[in-house]
Amino acid sequence: MTHPGKKKQHADEQAQYQRLVAVHVPKPPLVRNLVAAFVVGGLISVLGQAVLNAFMSTGMALDEASAPTLATMILISAVLTGLSIYHHVGEFAGAGAAVPITGFANTIVAAAMDFKREGFVLGMGAKMFIIAGPVIVYGIVAGVLVSAIRWWTGM
Amino acid sequence: MDYLIAFLVGGAICAIGQILIDVAKMQPAHMLVLFVVAGAVLSGLGLYERLIDFAGAGALVPVSGFGHSIARGALLEAERIGFLGLFTGAFEFTGMGVAVAVILATVIALVANPKA
Repeated sequence: MTHPGKKKQHADEQAQYQRLVAVHVPKPPLVRNLVAAFVVGGLISVLGQAVLNAFMSTGMALDEASAPTLATMILISAVLTGLSIYHHVGEFAGAGAAVPITGFANTIVAAAMDFKREGFVLGMGAKMFIIAGPVIVYGIVAGVLVSAIRWWTGM
Repeated sequence: MDYLIAFLVGGAICAIGQILIDVAKMQPAHMLVLFVVAGAVLSGLGLYERLIDFAGAGALVPVSGFGHSIARGALLEAERIGFLGLFTGAFEFTGMGVAVAVILATVIALVANPKA
């Protein structure tokens, strides 16, 4: 014998519980998070602009200067990650620390440090790109595809 | 002036990322993938170049700029050497950053341990 009534009652109780949980789980402080992400992401971009200007002042064009600028930002972030400072920035600023290229470098260096305990080949070597990997994978898939279309169509 | 524009544009891109996490409930990794793909697509439409001309590092430093750099490298190399350039060019502007990140990550992991 099944008890459809009982099943329904159970579902009702679950829905009630979900509503109760929704009321009591703290909502993310949207405005605070937004301001922190904006200000910190903006400041990291200002630092990037200073590095970019420094390279361009040596006579490099914008295109030539972009790679060493990104590499310099990665260097800064890697050192801050090694000193266990960057994750404080991340806790404070969320996407403000994650979206810039410094956050990308942070995930690589932090993963290398974390997974070292699983060995240098299958730990550090294999899992260094555990978070940054998808960014590279989909960046290359999208970037090459988009440029192939643009090149073939002669746009 | 270029610093102010870099601040505003770089900050705004990060703020969009925060909205995707807090409001759209995206996981950070999914948000980053969306940004890199968005950067590549906007680059293919010729729009991201203009954003970089306008905002400099404000557009270059966010991960969307990474997607743009991959697409731009592929396009410029394809125009220079043909079909194979699509692939060799993917790392034209981004390869240096990836190589630096790998080398630094290895060296730092050898000398530093994560704080518990």
